Amino acid sequence: MIPIDPGIKERVDHLALPFNRYGYDPYGISKRHVAEMFTGLSFFYRRYFRVKTHGIANVPRAGRVMLIGNHSGGYAIDGAMLITSMFLELDPPRLAQGMAEKFINRVPMASLWSSRTGQFTGLPETAERLLEDDRMLMVFPEGARGTAKLYWERHSLVEFGTGFLRLAMKTRTPIVPVGILGGGEAIPSVVNSKFLGRLVGAPYVPVTPYLVAVPLPVKMELRFGEPMFFEGTGTEEDEVVLEGVESVKSRVASLMADGLLEREGGRG
Amino acid sequence: MRILLTGIASPVAQHVARKLLAEGHSIIGIDRRPWTDAPPEVEMHAVDIRKRAAEDVFRKSRPEAVVHMATVTHLRFRSEERYRINLGGTRAVFEYAHQYGAKHAVFVGRHTYYGAGSDHPLYHHEDDPPMAVTTFPELADLVAADLYACTSLWRVPTLTTAVLRICYVLGPTGVGTLAAFLRGRRVPVIWGYDPLYQFMHEEDIATAISLSIQHRLRGVYNVAGPSPLPLSVVVRESGRKIAPMPEVAFKALLGRFGLPNLPPGAVQHIKYPVVVDSAPFRKVTGFVHAHDEQSCIRDFSRAFPVPSKR
Repeated sequence: MIPIDPGIKERVDHLALPFNRYGYDPYGISKRHVAEMFTGLSFFYRRYFRVKTHGIANVPRAGRVMLIGNHSGGYAIDGAMLITSMFLELDPPRLAQGMAEKFINRVPMASLWSSRTGQFTGLPETAERLLEDDRMLMVFPEGARGTAKLYWERHSLVEFGTGFLRLAMKTRTPIVPVGILGGGEAIPSVVNSKFLGRLVGAPYVPVTPYLVAVPLPVKMELRFGEPMFFEGTGTEEDEVVLEGVESVKSRVASLMADGLLEREGGRG
Repeated sequence: MRILLTGIASPVAQHVARKLLAEGHSIIGIDRRPWTDAPPEVEMHAVDIRKRAAEDVFRKSRPEAVVHMATVTHLRFRSEERYRINLGGTRAVFEYAHQYGAKHAVFVGRHTYYGAGSDHPLYHHEDDPPMAVTTFPELADLVAADLYACTSLWRVPTLTTAVLRICYVLGPTGVGTLAAFLRGRRVPVIWGYDPLYQFMHEEDIATAISLSIQHRLRGVYNVAGPSPLPLSVVVRESGRKIAPMPEVAFKALLGRFGLPNLPPGAVQHIKYPVVVDSAPFRKVTGFVHAHDEQSCIRDFSRAFPVPSKR
């Protein structure tokens, strides 16, 4: 058990979630588990990946919102840092709730921690309910195809699913696009082993030139775009929805490009 | 109103009967088991619901409302007998209710209908499918009884039918799946999992059923009380200790060394939650639970203190 950082504990007390007398919200999110998680993650956020944010003022301080970001390889370090940024940088802090891969809830301990920290299995029913409850939802529409990107594919985007946009239309939720840089350098995977994945119950296990996918201490950057709104009911035809999906995808791509340009400029 | 209760001798049904009596209804009870300290006003019939004598009770007493609580969930009781009670019994109750002029039938079912699984959503709605038939096949007869009761909504439109899917009971009677699981000093759990458990007090169940009758409720409704809590918290707050063990060991040891003899499907229910959304029921009936989670756990552990070491 990690000793909880007092500063983190204070921020957890400021989360706008309806915790009961035992410190659990109606979904089973636990104050203690959240505080332990952020005590650990804040080290990685501040010291290890030295995460910088840009445009965080674009993130609504209250009410339902969907953060839509890019994955960049290995496993979801990008997601973990995005959640941490919402907790450490916003005032009052917010708990971003990711939509986890199905295998996570089948693995002992991973099941417990994801349940207690609000990182639930990605189901449309769950996502819709959380948004109706005015929560902050974090979605990576590339899914496992996104984390499966290899080192040289890290700045690319694979196909976005359409479910998130239909849901945003149905629940009238603003979308904040997020471009994330550095995740691909942190875990420079050269191959994804499906065999090892089967052994641990995951879709794959990333393998790096130094074999074990321990993340490298590279700088990461999160760039937030202005909220995007989409009118509709969520029952529109695919062509209509795809148009919206493409506009979100291109916003994410341009946020990533801005970041890359700045990095290169900085170097030169 | 004349109200007939099947399975009236069960501790939860006794609460319902007392509550309805106190509200001024007259109560007719059917149960094979005796209810020794039943209030004298209750008209008891020690008959089997599937036998001719039960039909006679309906014929003679002509209840206006029927509350069907005579389904069994005891997992040790896995037999032809259980199927006959849950399926044959439910059919008989609805048949007699219709035939002898009842206006309202309330089927008291269970929220485990929805089953527990790694990819199930939290907060089930009434139209979610009965996944228990795959995750926990031993509950199939209870799912079937629930669905049979639902068919009454279109088969017998003149009989107003309410199907209630009620979460676990936890309170002074100490009955029900969750309470039975919590009885010992140490409660076996599966390492690495800590599902939410949704439970409510017997008195709140009685209130919910009484409100269903008052409002002559029609349709299918989830019924729940306070917010769910993780199993480990329920165990700790009731003064017990959790005994986590790896799933493989848990399955191998079931039925031995004092562990409960549970069917394999039960393991899913110790790993994953079954949580229901009861907002529609609350909205239609105005139901508000009087006992919060602390009060349920306190009343249970007062009635069933931690057993002392032998």
